[in-house]
Amino acid sequence: MIYFYAAMAVAAWLFLVGVYGIVTSRNLIHLCLCLVVVQASTYVLLTAVGYRPGGIAPIFADVKQTDKAVDPVIQALMLTDIVVEATVVALLLALTVQIKKKTGTLNPDKVNLMRG
Amino acid sequence: MWFPPLPVVIPLIVAASLVAIGAYLPRRVLDLVACATAASVFAICCHLVAASADQPIVYWFGGWRPEHRFALGICFVIDQAGAGLAALVSLLVLAAFLFSWQYFESVKSLYHALMLVFLAGMCGMCLTGDLFNLFVWFELMSASGVALCGYKSEEFGPLQGALNFAILNTLGAYLSLTGVAIVYASVGALNFAQASASLAAHDPGGWLVPIAFLFVISGFLVKAAAFPFHFWLADAHAVAPTPVCILFSGVMVELGLYAAARVYWSVFAIPLAAHSSVTGALFLTIGTLTVIVGGIECFSQRHLKRLLAFSTISHTGVMFLGVGLLSADGLGGTAIYLLGHGLVKGGLFICAGILLHRFRSVDEFELHGKGRELPWTGLLLLLGALGLAGMPPFATFFGEGQLADSARRHGLGWVSGVMMLSGILTSAAVLRIGGRIFLGWGLRRPFDSDEAPAIPMESETHGGHRNTPGTMWLPALALIAGAMAVALAPSVRIAALRAAHRMEDTRGVTDHVLLGTPMAAVPEVHIAPALGELWKPAVNVACAALLALAALFPRALGRARRAVVHAIERAIHPLRAMHTGRVGDYVAWFILGVGVYGAMLVFGYRR
Repeated sequence: MIYFYAAMAVAAWLFLVGVYGIVTSRNLIHLCLCLVVVQASTYVLLTAVGYRPGGIAPIFADVKQTDKAVDPVIQALMLTDIVVEATVVALLLALTVQIKKKTGTLNPDKVNLMRG
Repeated sequence: MWFPPLPVVIPLIVAASLVAIGAYLPRRVLDLVACATAASVFAICCHLVAASADQPIVYWFGGWRPEHRFALGICFVIDQAGAGLAALVSLLVLAAFLFSWQYFESVKSLYHALMLVFLAGMCGMCLTGDLFNLFVWFELMSASGVALCGYKSEEFGPLQGALNFAILNTLGAYLSLTGVAIVYASVGALNFAQASASLAAHDPGGWLVPIAFLFVISGFLVKAAAFPFHFWLADAHAVAPTPVCILFSGVMVELGLYAAARVYWSVFAIPLAAHSSVTGALFLTIGTLTVIVGGIECFSQRHLKRLLAFSTISHTGVMFLGVGLLSADGLGGTAIYLLGHGLVKGGLFICAGILLHRFRSVDEFELHGKGRELPWTGLLLLLGALGLAGMPPFATFFGEGQLADSARRHGLGWVSGVMMLSGILTSAAVLRIGGRIFLGWGLRRPFDSDEAPAIPMESETHGGHRNTPGTMWLPALALIAGAMAVALAPSVRIAALRAAHRMEDTRGVTDHVLLGTPMAAVPEVHIAPALGELWKPAVNVACAALLALAALFPRALGRARRAVVHAIERAIHPLRAMHTGRVGDYVAWFILGVGVYGAMLVFGYRR
């Protein structure tokens, strides 16, 4: 079980570090990448949840049914998660490009219409 | 049965085809196809509402039915609450498409495709019966919502709004996914019914279940704009294209609330049953704070769309209060209120869109007196304000009556006072801005030197327009009239209460999904007597009108003016200072909120 708690600790660390980066960010690209760091915490957590010590990849075409395998459901979740989040990050970076074109700066504090 | 997945399948297929061939089609064909799709989804959802009246419909994708109480596949569990909400979603999408018929002249096929993907995501959220599937629909809805919010990508306002929207919601979604992973790690189940049964059978113990619950719902709380996760909403709604705002405020925000309630009753209600008072207190706290903050911020805005956005926040607070009663009649009242609020808010945003179409502005002071040319739009705005105040015959009146009745029976009479506060503040704000724009009352300059943001709105249509096309005012009229008519018949209110009973019957749904046993009949429901509540809307409207007049004519207050203005500023300024417009600050509030609410749950459960 020790690997599981270690992975949990890594996931929590990635989450907090990413959030810290977002909160203090002065650059929109940096901010998007910090979001990717937060997202990495979900990958680590999911991998740890699905991991079985000594398990093989969950492809059962040419192996004996008794072989231990990691959880295939988690693999499906992670793939979906990756696809979803790639979309979101692409969208965010596209917005960032437009903001740079429009305002000439990547600093989110330089231009701000939404105060108050 | 093959039709349950159609509300998501049809819009997704049409959206994909529009992306492929839409560039070659004339604009009117695109509009027609989009309207026809939304209308057909609406018809199917209405059919689903009727078909699920007796028993919820369970649809297993690919025919992967559960074996020995073990769910293998992914399912849709369609009950009347979910199907009814999906019907409201598709109706508002139809209204938005009608409104954009002559609006938004420069849009291309991508707009229609994005709106349809948005529709599919929202319908999927209403109908799904699986935790991870819920997350995927949630993200589909968020991603298409962000793209729609930033659709006018040549202006800075929409870009900043979309960015704040995307970052907050994505962060919330990650936390939801973390919660889903914790549930799966504890019991190896993602299906609502199976997760609920397994968590109830062997409780993993410790703080795991409450923390998983908080994580799963925190993403939905961000979407539902619960305090202190609400900042993004005002930024996004103020700048999104008007047809998109109809959906954002009318249903998307409410879907966050629905998802939180759905997850609670479908998965966590039994494992957390011993602590339901703490869970209820959590929702009531969130609701009260959200009502107050949203209401005060709403009253202090000068940008009509941003004002309506804060009003949505305040009204979601009311719905949180209804959910926090944790009872079937409270939930039923919430459903009626949600229906009324969604329709009224859709109509109000269309009014804002008409102003933008005619005058290229939605700013209270820029438009001072200009609205005299548009008496009918002013009348619609007035009706909308009355709807927000919970005036009969609006559905909000019946919903609020039901909620107040339920609260009283739970010994929580103060809840109805908080709900009245929301009605007073939001309708006062709409009356004030309406008085200034449509009657030319009040000052031409902001009274307060430290003013609310006046976000520049470049027009969404070409050139100055001398008249308002029917495709704009008809949907507004239809939505507001619908909000008045929909709950007038007691049968609709009874249906809402019955749907709430079904949604709350966790054990019944679990057995129905896993074993196929029919659910027990819904007990006799009682709709709250409405007539005794008539004084409330009267008080609401009177207070709102007084407040609006005081804001329009501060000089009439005479000597009391300085004290009154000072008191109002004292209330408004800290809230304004909180709303910095920096996404980093919003994220800090988000973490703080999760921490405080988590501490509430953990300490509450320990006692």
